[in-house]
Amino acid sequence: MTLARWPSAGPKPSTLYQKLIASHSIATLDEQNVLLFCDLHVMNEYTSPQAFAGLHARSSAVLMPRQNMATVSHIIPTHPVTHRVILDPASALQAINLKRNCDRHGITLFDTNDAMQGIEHIVAPEHGMIRPGMVVICGDSHTTTYGALGALGFGIGTSEVEHVLATQTLVYRLARDMRICVDGILPPGTTSKDLILMIISRIGAQGARGYVVEFSGTAIQSLSVEARLTLCNMAVEAGARGALIAPDAVTIRYVLERAPDIIGTVKDRALLHWASLRSDSTSTFDAEYRFDAGEVVPYVTWGTSPDQAIPVTAAVPFAEGPHQRDIEQALEYTRLTSGRSMEGLPVQHVFIGSCTNARIEDLRAAADIVKGRRVSPTLRAMVVPGSGAVKAQAESEGIAQILIDAGFEWRQPGCSMCLAMNGEVLAEGIRCASTTNRNFEGRQGRGAITHLMSPAMAAAAALTGYITDVRKLAKANRV
Amino acid sequence: MSDNRRISAIAAPLNIANLDTDQIMPKQFLRRIDKANLDKGLLWDLRFDAESRPRREFVLNKQEFAATGILIGGANFGCGSSREHAVWGLRQYGIQAIIAPSFGEIFYSNAMNNGLLAVALPEKAATDLMTEALRSPIPLHVEIDIEMLTVRSPTHESPFFLSDRHRRMFLENIDMIDASLALENEIRKFARDHWASQPWLRDVAARTKEYLDTR
Repeated sequence: MTLARWPSAGPKPSTLYQKLIASHSIATLDEQNVLLFCDLHVMNEYTSPQAFAGLHARSSAVLMPRQNMATVSHIIPTHPVTHRVILDPASALQAINLKRNCDRHGITLFDTNDAMQGIEHIVAPEHGMIRPGMVVICGDSHTTTYGALGALGFGIGTSEVEHVLATQTLVYRLARDMRICVDGILPPGTTSKDLILMIISRIGAQGARGYVVEFSGTAIQSLSVEARLTLCNMAVEAGARGALIAPDAVTIRYVLERAPDIIGTVKDRALLHWASLRSDSTSTFDAEYRFDAGEVVPYVTWGTSPDQAIPVTAAVPFAEGPHQRDIEQALEYTRLTSGRSMEGLPVQHVFIGSCTNARIEDLRAAADIVKGRRVSPTLRAMVVPGSGAVKAQAESEGIAQILIDAGFEWRQPGCSMCLAMNGEVLAEGIRCASTTNRNFEGRQGRGAITHLMSPAMAAAAALTGYITDVRKLAKANRV
Repeated sequence: MSDNRRISAIAAPLNIANLDTDQIMPKQFLRRIDKANLDKGLLWDLRFDAESRPRREFVLNKQEFAATGILIGGANFGCGSSREHAVWGLRQYGIQAIIAPSFGEIFYSNAMNNGLLAVALPEKAATDLMTEALRSPIPLHVEIDIEMLTVRSPTHESPFFLSDRHRRMFLENIDMIDASLALENEIRKFARDHWASQPWLRDVAARTKEYLDTR
């Protein structure tokens, strides 16, 4: 696989990624592997049970339980009820088992009926658990999200979850360094979701495989933290092993607002340390890309891989070139004909949610489009807030009411239809405008067809009943 | 015949790029707290139709491929979700190795942690092997030598790369957790120094929840 040349043979750490690895390496195990200290380990109910079982089988303890936390996120139904009950016996057992394991080892848990329960990658940052300079891991591929705060986050498998529980470390294979520089300004009607879909469509689903990607440039600097979380979240869809954005004033304000313990002299020391978390001006990267934010338009996926994305104004591609076979297979599944425009494609379902796009800014963007309008009677539209905190915030701001008045279902927090493992699943042939991260075959249900897009674009599709360029509706709003 | 130095088995071609772990192990098989019965869910939508009847045209459902021990896959095999269930399912089904031009990064680590050999062949060699398997009138027999790091089919032979660590893990069956726990004193010392210089990282999960609960 990918060989990284540092730190055994290379020069002094100079990129942000190298600095984070250097500051967390307990031992160099060989040329490509270090024993890496993990500041925070985040768990869910479905990739941790076998890890705890393995730990118990070897009679091991959790080495540093207070650096670990868990949420019930993937299997929990999101029906709009106050007291939540998991009816599916197997899923209920996963939740009970998670609580049992967390209680036994003294691990923080956001349980089924905790007011702050939600999707792991939304809960951890919103309460200030993710801090610049950390290494954060989780048995979930979208752990790359945390790079938005200058923390190295990446997904691991269950064997590694067990390893982290037992040792608070990982045997970590070094990655290579990639920089993606985006200058310019995102045009109105576009978001970091459109930007990342554009980037993935250009570099491919394995364009960043083997790399940790540092996003930089004026366009990135002007993004809010939540927009950055969306960007880094989907870096894994280009195959990246991690994503990073150097912490700046925007990051620091976000973290300090959520971290009541970082005050006084501790705060002074933290600010000094965080200022060092950037790539040196002399750094070299193993690969570099540049993009112009001014080129970004609303993007949608047409196929079954996140890199099969095009501007909403474009037509479905023809099966030709080196990827002819992949295009044919994707079109067969998504039931689309080459040459037809994406604009006007009817959808039967709209899903606004997931660790990619279920934060308060995402819901505000959807509500902006929806305000004073009605959801098309031809479809079912759902909003699943990312967490209890996001839900409460949206309700207090009146956003929830706008969405409810328009005809959206306003549901309880969870992963829900992003991966559809909680019983909320689409039927064969249903086409869904979705703010999620994966349009894989069967992801939202066997034979169901997913079109990835931004929350504003999904809201627009909910109103019209078909995929449409949100800029048209936004323009009408301003008149 | 296979041992831990050599895998020799029937190889089935799965000519699909970006075959993600959602397809390898769909959501409905992820609800258990143990690892049992995952072979049943392996590649479910490809192996079975909507009425749960085997798709006769799918390679693994053909009688002559019943003893398949190796899969020949497309680029970025196992991309997507981190679910290790995909690897457990492959192992339980009897798959000992996957040969592909490239692998999803988390899948690759998961495979190595479970004794499933992920063989990353150079692009051209992978394409040639796939073509040979697709054209072969009888199931292709492939031999993988883990000491010599070669893949051999009736008409091709190619070297492949495996890191020394992964090769040793495979040949010597090392327990990774025991190996890391041997460094427990170093880990504890590292943490003390780390928290002395960055006290805001100590107990970050527990302290945050305690604050939230008293708010």
